[in-house]
Amino acid sequence: MSDATRSIASPPRRGRQGRPGRPGRPVGRDRLPALALVLAMIAVAFFALPLMGLLWKAPWSNAWSLLHKAGSLTALRLSIVCSLWATALSIMFGVPLAWLLARVEFRGRGIVRALCTLSMVLPPVVGGVALFFALGRRGFVGQYLDRWFDIRLPFTTAGVVVAQTFVAMPFLVLTVEAALRQFDRRFEDAARTLGASRWYVFRRVTLPAIRPALVAGAVLAWARALGEFGATITFAGNFPGTTQTMPLAVYLALESDPAQAIVLALVMIVMSFAVLIGLRDRWLGAVTTRSA
Amino acid sequence: MSLAAQISLSIGTFDLDVQFSVEPGEVVALLGPNGAGKSTLLRALAGLAPIDGGRIAIDDTVLDDPAADVFVTADARPVGVVFQDYLLFAHLSALENVAFGLRARGMPRAQANKVAAERLGRMGLSDHAGHRPAQLSGGQAQRVALARALATQPRLLLLDEPLAALDAGTRAEVRTDLRRHLATFAGMRILVTHDPIDAYALADRVIVIEDGRVSQTGSLAEVTAQPRSRYVADLVGVNLLSGDLAHGVLTTPTGAQIVSLDGAAEPTPDGSALVAIRPQSIVLHPEQPLGSTRNVWPVTVIDIDQYADRVRVRLDGPVPLVAEITPAALAALALQPGSRVWAAVKASETMAYPS
Amino acid sequence: MGKTHRVLVASLAVLGSVASSCGSDAKDTAATTAATSTPAATATAASNTASATTVPTMTGTITVFAASSLTEAFTEMGAAFEKANPGAKVIFSFGGSGDLVTQIGQGAPADVFASADDSNMTKLVEAGNASGTPTVVAKNSLEIITEAGNPKGIATLADLATPDLVVVLCATTAPCGKLAALVLKTAGVTVVPKSLEDKVKGVVTKVTMGEADAGIVFATDVQAAGSKATGVAIPAEQNAVTNYSLVVTKQATNTTTASAFIASVASPAGQAILAKYGFLAP
Repeated sequence: MSDATRSIASPPRRGRQGRPGRPGRPVGRDRLPALALVLAMIAVAFFALPLMGLLWKAPWSNAWSLLHKAGSLTALRLSIVCSLWATALSIMFGVPLAWLLARVEFRGRGIVRALCTLSMVLPPVVGGVALFFALGRRGFVGQYLDRWFDIRLPFTTAGVVVAQTFVAMPFLVLTVEAALRQFDRRFEDAARTLGASRWYVFRRVTLPAIRPALVAGAVLAWARALGEFGATITFAGNFPGTTQTMPLAVYLALESDPAQAIVLALVMIVMSFAVLIGLRDRWLGAVTTRSA
Repeated sequence: MSLAAQISLSIGTFDLDVQFSVEPGEVVALLGPNGAGKSTLLRALAGLAPIDGGRIAIDDTVLDDPAADVFVTADARPVGVVFQDYLLFAHLSALENVAFGLRARGMPRAQANKVAAERLGRMGLSDHAGHRPAQLSGGQAQRVALARALATQPRLLLLDEPLAALDAGTRAEVRTDLRRHLATFAGMRILVTHDPIDAYALADRVIVIEDGRVSQTGSLAEVTAQPRSRYVADLVGVNLLSGDLAHGVLTTPTGAQIVSLDGAAEPTPDGSALVAIRPQSIVLHPEQPLGSTRNVWPVTVIDIDQYADRVRVRLDGPVPLVAEITPAALAALALQPGSRVWAAVKASETMAYPS
Repeated sequence: MGKTHRVLVASLAVLGSVASSCGSDAKDTAATTAATSTPAATATAASNTASATTVPTMTGTITVFAASSLTEAFTEMGAAFEKANPGAKVIFSFGGSGDLVTQIGQGAPADVFASADDSNMTKLVEAGNASGTPTVVAKNSLEIITEAGNPKGIATLADLATPDLVVVLCATTAPCGKLAALVLKTAGVTVVPKSLEDKVKGVVTKVTMGEADAGIVFATDVQAAGSKATGVAIPAEQNAVTNYSLVVTKQATNTTTASAFIASVASPAGQAILAKYGFLAP
């Protein structure tokens, strides 16, 4: 890690020393950031405007009663529980998968990687149908789960978690894999020569080194799981209390009671916003500052 | 306690095949150009790269023997390593870095920290125990790395280019420090370096590795005097003279004086220093030369080694020297063993180092 | 999120309709297709002359926002209309009636809206997004849908209350859900569904894939599912019907062709197509 930091840090240092010798440069250098700034502001507006649209249309006067209307809080609670489970499963299986993709040379690795990230590009509804074929009551794996273990995933909260994990895990895998590739493996060698077992090395050296990426990947996966709609409604169905997560509740409310839908959407946004800001400052921001 | 290593190992098209041993308490320098296979050899000894053939053993303990299907993994070897850029764990403090190996072996935290603190204290780093590696200077980081490697009490200590990560200004000082700290460790020490100065300052014996093979072993003086190949001659064929340095003049124990203009190097407090003279910098004259050249000595030719395009001439005089001249110069001077000539070296062609 | 999803579903539906119309062209005997479409063309032409005297044949493109239960029938209807009016082109966007009303309210470029029930049509009309009076073109009744062959032997609505039977219904926001609730209430049956699907096709999918044992959908949906599902009729005294109505939207750009399309659906030929897919006459 320190190697990477070193190589990233040194070119700007050289640039700073070279600057006084070239007085004509700053003007030319300033032009691009100005353009970039304008484009960046447009991008910010692009994200902020729809949010402002929601705020503008929000029924502030009776927001509280709408929020407490049948099932809203149940859906919120279910969303939080399921997305956290999906994140936990993504970490539990995704980190070893990322390690496999980053560290183990094997034939067809590119194909495996593409396979494991396919659910990012697959329309979620199609993903839900595909999950049926595999894990449904008649699926080629699901039929045995049903017959031998009496496990049925569709229409259950577990099914929601499966659907969310299916679409969310690639975000974690890709982020962690990139970090593992960047990480200088000689640090692991150093730890080995100090008498550390492979597991100890992973826990005490590799994991701390990739922690910012792991947190970022987990946040991305969590956000994706929280917003998951298509795969969930297709594979797990929609029933208040067991499978109706916030996005499903928002979607259905949109048809019956748009005002309630907006309130529910805002609750989701506020919650996600708080988590994203909190995590960035606590983990990602802090770590970046330290190594810089 | 001695190391016997016979290593053959292929990585891609590169092919390493060496055999050597290290005696108890000995400091050996593996000297060779970049890409000669030194680091690979070190990784093999540490258990980070399994060997394809041969055998590595410390006394009766076999560490690697593919034929007998024996391979002791890196974590189970009594081998400590100081890596080239130290590879201190960035998320741990200096103390935690030193305690790492002890913790990994199951020592309780409090006890491991106590041992580590004591180790750091011996290195003069007690004030830096809580610092992260990023807050340490190069020399401090090296000492932490050394303390970390020694904390687990290895029988063999490997140092991979321990001075290469430092800038020229601090290298000499750190080298002196390192020599002092290395002396406190009684086990076998193997130092990988491409710099003959490091080898001279730190090692008892030199093993020259060239293109995956051992090309020469012996004391540095022996290797310098009689390099067996052009390559070794270039690598180690440097005249190193030790003595006391004062005001740019080195006085050898025999009383000879060498003037050096390289004022950048400060001698150690006791004034001891080294002066290096490249054999190519020595000019031989049939008569005492006149002019500005500061170092001129009458010498006697001991022997002459002819290579394809160069000739190495061993000389005896106030200081023992090896000069390298062209075949044409050899013919013009009509040199043969016993010839008396004058050797001249410009002060600007010498390099002084604190020893 | 919801929006993208809907657009996706709509485009999938369009793709599906293209595929199925190609399929039916190839599959159906040429004689039957010709026999049904020729009178349709005549009827359409006749009604055109009646309503819009200046334009003899329909031209231009119209966009029809139709309830998803009309997917198969309207795809065929559109092909017939285009055949009769070579200058005209009909683009369909199928979706839940409620979704479509919302989209039209947001200015989606629809020329014709086809609702699967009265309440959504009323919503559109009351929002002032309709031009003229809606025309009821068909009725639909409910049916129990089961897996092909009805392996659980479901015969009546009361059977749906059997414990361990996996039943899925439409959410009450969808017309099929509203009607199913009414039908179950009439029959005095309490069903605990495993899922409340946002669209009737969601119920069909879950039953035909074997994840659910039964559901309540429109008769037309059972018919559209073909051999993958078996329908169980609900007695008329327990059953409920829904009205399918069409209207030209306020923002329609091609009102002439839009009206002509509605007329063609109401014509005998159009009714024949609807009947073929299980719709009841209005």
